[in-house]
Amino acid sequence: MRKVYNKILSISGNVITVKASDVGYEELAEITTHRGKSLAQVIKLDGDLVSLQVFAGSRGVSVSDEVRFLGHPMQVTYSDNMLGRIFDGAGNPRDKGPQLADEMIEVAGPSVNPAKRIIPKRMIRTNIPMIDIFNSLVVSQKLPIFSISGEPYNELLARIALQAEVDMIILGGIGLKYDEYMKFKSVLEEGGALSRSIFFMNTASDPIVESLMVPDLSLAVAEKFALKGKDVLVLLTDMTNFADAMKEIAITMEQVPSNRGYPGDLYSQLAARYEKAVDFEGAGSITVLAVTTMPGDDVTHPVPDNTGYITEGQFYLHHGYIDPFGSLSRLKQQVNGSDSSRKDHRAIMDGMIQLYAQYIETEEKRSMGFRMSSWDQKLLKYGQHFKSQMMNLTVNIPLEEALDRGWQILADCFTSEETRMRTELINEFWPTNGK
Amino acid sequence: MKPNTGKIIGVSGNMVTVSVDGNIMQNEVAYIIKGDQRLKSEIVRIGDGVAFMQVFESTKGLNIGDDVEFSGQLLSVQLGPGLLTHIYDGLQNPLPDLAEAHGFFLPRGVELKPLDETAKWKFTPSVKAGDVVVAGQSLGFVPEGIFEHQIMVPFDLRGEFTVTEVAKAGDYTITDTIAQVKDEKGKSLNISMSFRWPVKLAIEAYKEKIVPVDPLVTQARIIDTFFPVAKGGTFCIPGPFGAGKTVLQHILSRYAQVDIVIVAACGERAGEVVELLREFPELEDPRTGKTLMDRTIIICNTSSMPVAAREASVYTAVTLGEYYRQMGLDVLLMADSTSRWAQAMRELSGRLEEIPGEEAFPAYLESRIAEFYERSGLVELHDGKVGSLTIGGTVSPAGGNFEEPVTQATLKVVGAFLGLSRDRANARRFPSIHPLESWSKYPTFVDDNEVAAARDMLQRGSDVGQMMMVVGEEGTSHEDFQLYLKGEFLDSVFLQQNAFDKVDAGSSKDRQQYVFAMVNRVLKTNFQLDDKEKARGFFNQLRQLFIDWNYIAMDDAEFKAQENSIDKLIKENSGNEESL
Repeated sequence: MRKVYNKILSISGNVITVKASDVGYEELAEITTHRGKSLAQVIKLDGDLVSLQVFAGSRGVSVSDEVRFLGHPMQVTYSDNMLGRIFDGAGNPRDKGPQLADEMIEVAGPSVNPAKRIIPKRMIRTNIPMIDIFNSLVVSQKLPIFSISGEPYNELLARIALQAEVDMIILGGIGLKYDEYMKFKSVLEEGGALSRSIFFMNTASDPIVESLMVPDLSLAVAEKFALKGKDVLVLLTDMTNFADAMKEIAITMEQVPSNRGYPGDLYSQLAARYEKAVDFEGAGSITVLAVTTMPGDDVTHPVPDNTGYITEGQFYLHHGYIDPFGSLSRLKQQVNGSDSSRKDHRAIMDGMIQLYAQYIETEEKRSMGFRMSSWDQKLLKYGQHFKSQMMNLTVNIPLEEALDRGWQILADCFTSEETRMRTELINEFWPTNGK
Repeated sequence: MKPNTGKIIGVSGNMVTVSVDGNIMQNEVAYIIKGDQRLKSEIVRIGDGVAFMQVFESTKGLNIGDDVEFSGQLLSVQLGPGLLTHIYDGLQNPLPDLAEAHGFFLPRGVELKPLDETAKWKFTPSVKAGDVVVAGQSLGFVPEGIFEHQIMVPFDLRGEFTVTEVAKAGDYTITDTIAQVKDEKGKSLNISMSFRWPVKLAIEAYKEKIVPVDPLVTQARIIDTFFPVAKGGTFCIPGPFGAGKTVLQHILSRYAQVDIVIVAACGERAGEVVELLREFPELEDPRTGKTLMDRTIIICNTSSMPVAAREASVYTAVTLGEYYRQMGLDVLLMADSTSRWAQAMRELSGRLEEIPGEEAFPAYLESRIAEFYERSGLVELHDGKVGSLTIGGTVSPAGGNFEEPVTQATLKVVGAFLGLSRDRANARRFPSIHPLESWSKYPTFVDDNEVAAARDMLQRGSDVGQMMMVVGEEGTSHEDFQLYLKGEFLDSVFLQQNAFDKVDAGSSKDRQQYVFAMVNRVLKTNFQLDDKEKARGFFNQLRQLFIDWNYIAMDDAEFKAQENSIDKLIKENSGNEESL
């Protein structure tokens, strides 16, 4: 029988302190208030003083409320019955379905031994050319979508969820607006993907401490499914809310802030989550796509900045396009030169981007009123074609078709030497109906 | 002596406070006993009867009152034959062995032997009874891969020793005694092939440090020709994320012409290490015919592994580097990334509630960074041989802004600065080392004046480019326009290098000198191009030929043929080939 305590010594922010003995670090406790029950987690032990963060928040907690220690750290249920279900940040069902307790697993488990990892080699096709050609998504990759409020990042995430070649999807919503949550649900439902999805949903009106749990719950469940052989795609939105929640707790705990108030271990904390992405040899895999909104569109803000150093590339979503500059899939080299792709893949990828960079320069010159040389005219034409036929997010074609389209755009705008392509590729792929 | 013990009185993150009575020392290693797990930790501060310890593992589930056992030792690594090809975590736990014993996940509280104690090594003595030796001097050697691994007098033995007995040539394990020595007072000591050394202390068992001048050939053109690194020198590679730090780091560890490479993956992505550890055993080292793994040690403490061990991993790596330098070998240590190491210090400092310095980094950040890079160097050993340890650290500045504390502290102490630029990376100009902002204090292997002239051309070309953004192409003179095209030409055919092409990825010293001479000829030629379209067309064509040339191996017959076409094109378009 676990001990029950009835005397809360202090309440500060969402952190309460009790006097207790024989309590483990990161152990869970259950607090019963007049509003109901809430979980709390031990975040500091100091002699017999135990500090806990209360998942449902400390509002309405009175000093004589009952604190009962559970003797185990945070756990989450795991079973096949979870598919199609929606849970909250504490792991309880938030749909009308029954409570599941088939098998309880610990969250935030140990990290994978790097010696057991394998080189990612499998491309996840999404039929979005800006991803498939220019920044291929690869099994076991962790990629953020850097964006700002108002951009259609959740729509993009939902489209990837629908079109990506994976076995199942786990969606972790962190401080998501309620209507965004409903939109996700209806898109996946209409696309017939709900039955292979699990939601862990913390909306903006739910307790903030619970939002801290969402990535851990999502990834712990994903890990179990991956070990069972499933290719799991974990979608997290929005990780900036997660970091902000961490900041709130850290400041309450009087930790020395490092950069703009964020705790010094922001990098390690984010990495602990993102590094769960893995391809298990002989089993399944976890691929992570996470939205990170950039406050003030500033990529040097601590959250996107630390994220960028952890993840294997990033997609920038600007003005409704996946920005060809800055967007990067670090693992694309693993797949774009291999058998799963075509040999002109890399050349098209680099060549078209270099030309697009020149187009941007020309566009700047043009807006300043300079006379356009014939080369500038070609670049301008190219830029327009590239935008409308490649970057447009509604383009939904397989990789091979997209590559052919790339050559066609080049041939429509340039002579073959102007493209800087290697001669052997030009001989093989240059469209004969081009100029 | 009975080991000193204590009990936990507080836990916060990976910081544990322990009450203890007996004698303890700063940076001593202690173990927290949790069932059958032994959680390694290190004392980082001592108070009145209290030890503050950073725990190298997850502290989940620790209780007040848990027992702690002190070891009386500083944090140290085991040195001896068999280190090469190993993959260790930051505390020298062999990761493949852990994987074999514990599967996919890293277990907590498990410590394995870093070196195989049962393997036999073929020992050949090089001293005899009566010889006088000092710490660091060789007693004999065993073959390790292609090297003669020197069995040395342990570095912590002070004074002179007289050899009283040496093992005969034969097979021994690393725990067998292979020599007996007597100190000046006549006290006898047994020496085996392996001993421990505290990682935070530099190994100084050599005669003297000398000034590094010989270039370390990395086979990256922009580095070797423009911003060279010397054997025994230091360099840093700062760059924002996405600028190609990791690819560059891999290229260096693959193509650098050194004996031994130590890669410290410190707080970075696990995936990057995996590429090394899966690919290196497959790749041939052109110098030796063996695989690259045979000359490599990987220290791998990735970002999701415990942060305190990350702090230690850099020291573990540099200690192993110093050890091999003691054998007269050229060692390259790549630390990726020193910013993560600095952040680990910051986390620790925060938990200790120290007064924070800039961006909450501890006040001792600069001295720690300086201390680390100072462990590099070219040294003359007691037997006259020379060994070198070159340290290259990547820096991941917050927001890509080089004005931050870690970059600034690093720039003060390194000999070469290879700054990566996001703009160049975005334009797919790799390696994205900025040719105008980077610098090196070491000598290059091509003519200094020619390099200076080429850099000047690049600078002027870039200036013209800037100006053209304002006045447009039509407002630019023909000479200036040609200058601009030449700068672009130098950039695309020489400074840029295709890391994914077998031939182009590594460019030997001879090839660099040869190609640079040709590039220089183009830069110095005054081409008869009085039409901008014509000029652009000509340089496009020339660039195409050069890029194709870069993809042809030097010993291929095609190489000369391609050179001839380039030569022809240059001659056709230059009235007279005189200097500008």
